[in-house]
Amino acid sequence: MIDVFQFNKMNDSVISVHNLVKKFGSFIANDNLTFDVYKGEIFGFLGANGAGKTTAIRILSGLSKPTSGKVMVAGFDAFRETEQIKKNIGYMCQKFSLYEDLTVRENIILYGGIYGMTKKLIWERLTELLAKLKFREFENRIIADLPLGLRQKLAFSVAVLHEPKIVFLDEPTGGVDPITRRQFWEMIYETASRGITVFVTTHYMDEAEYCDRISIMSEGKIVAIDTPENLKKQYDAATVEEVFIKIARPVIN
Amino acid sequence: MQKTIESSGISKTFGTTKALNNISFSVDESEVFGFIGPDGAGKTTLFRIITTLLLPDEGEIKVLGIDAVSHYKELRKNIGYMPGRFSLYQDLSVEENLNFYATVFGTTVEENYDLISDIYSHIEPFKKRLAGKLSGGMKQKLALSCALIHKPKLLVLDEPTTGVDAVSRSEFWDMLGKLRQHKITILVSTPYMDEAMRCDRVALIQNGKILTIDAPQKIRDGFGRKLYSVRSMEKYKLINSLRSYPGILTAYPFGDSVHVTFKNDMPEDSLYDLILKSGIGDVTISETQAGIEDRFLELMNKGIND
Repeated sequence: MIDVFQFNKMNDSVISVHNLVKKFGSFIANDNLTFDVYKGEIFGFLGANGAGKTTAIRILSGLSKPTSGKVMVAGFDAFRETEQIKKNIGYMCQKFSLYEDLTVRENIILYGGIYGMTKKLIWERLTELLAKLKFREFENRIIADLPLGLRQKLAFSVAVLHEPKIVFLDEPTGGVDPITRRQFWEMIYETASRGITVFVTTHYMDEAEYCDRISIMSEGKIVAIDTPENLKKQYDAATVEEVFIKIARPVIN
Repeated sequence: MQKTIESSGISKTFGTTKALNNISFSVDESEVFGFIGPDGAGKTTLFRIITTLLLPDEGEIKVLGIDAVSHYKELRKNIGYMPGRFSLYQDLSVEENLNFYATVFGTTVEENYDLISDIYSHIEPFKKRLAGKLSGGMKQKLALSCALIHKPKLLVLDEPTTGVDAVSRSEFWDMLGKLRQHKITILVSTPYMDEAMRCDRVALIQNGKILTIDAPQKIRDGFGRKLYSVRSMEKYKLINSLRSYPGILTAYPFGDSVHVTFKNDMPEDSLYDLILKSGIGDVTISETQAGIEDRFLELMNKGIND
């Protein structure tokens, strides 16, 4: 049986969280979280609405500081080095990632500039991307006119344009058609195989099945963390959805 | 028996986009009928036509025996509609929203309380809270209560479970199941393929066209080939390796495995040789049952190749 130790081939923690606590007044949003995510891993971060996922992700992406605990992201401290963290991560969410009234080309150039890439490098990546995604014909089209599937693929490519150590994806394939969805997962696999860590948050339990490992949060705590296969065995469930329903309590308040 | 919905040849175009292309289907009384398809497939446009909020360019549509184009006013009294985005007033409280919807339809909350009691009881402890301050799962329960409060004969739910966590989604489907005893017909749309199994019948829809309509189990059974599940921890290598094998028809990632069909409907020894040579460890191959999503992929490919 292969387990998480397959990631020891890199033995590299890209995200390392120890006793993370985040409080808002007397409310404990993250209650003593401890976990590691490894280089090149596809990690699914799950939890019911209100379980504390968003709070944790904001800390991991340098947008918010922990109340206490030790959090290292891409080798940087989430207390003191939030700006370096931001430079070493990519982010893509389903709703907004690209500027709808800019063209494909303009979006790529804009993001390259924001990430501080050199003009030469931006140019190289632009050419490479347009060829890889078979995007040439769409190069000068504005995003609003692109089919949803293409938009999602472009958004992902832009999120990893600067070769970050980690890319955060929020429901990356929700609502896309089954063929595009699979092309998208293949892009994710390819990215992970290059050593970029893919951190996925989703309500779509189908998506969780694609991850190497998943964690499930409930009421501010991580209540399970393992491969989908091991969790299904442990909870005697056929799908991750069943596991989730068995252990994640929705927050009523 | 009278059909609750009868649609024939419905088409609708926006600018140059054909949102709906010759949609024909019918829904029986007390049925839970699902439209399953990705964003942009035409689900919302179709539901807006059924709920008399939009006119079709072509085709005929009868709902509860009434023409949805010429007699829309009569029809509206008998339809409950929960749109995907907006249906609650964020700056009204839970009970104010419910009272408002009851009043608009000329009824009272008390009169039809038995219909919503199962659902509303979950949120009643928070009835003074503003709708805008509710969690996703609770908003969904309130919106459903509001859509039901005038005791409609047809309930139309546009993506009620999108963005809602798995626990709340499962509860929501349980609630819909209970509404069946009140003889309410339910039309529901979703991009989540797994929810198809909760419906009596479903239509798979893509690019404004219906791919197929049937009971979910029958749709799965309609998968034309033997399907195999191939697994390895090295998924990316595995997919590329499988695609390079000439005996393969399709190879798609599916959760923790790759779903594969073969030209000869079975894996041959040469495939094992190939996998062995590519150095991928721990590969297992087993036959598996096709799901709704496998069938959807098959029908999409058929559409592309036709």
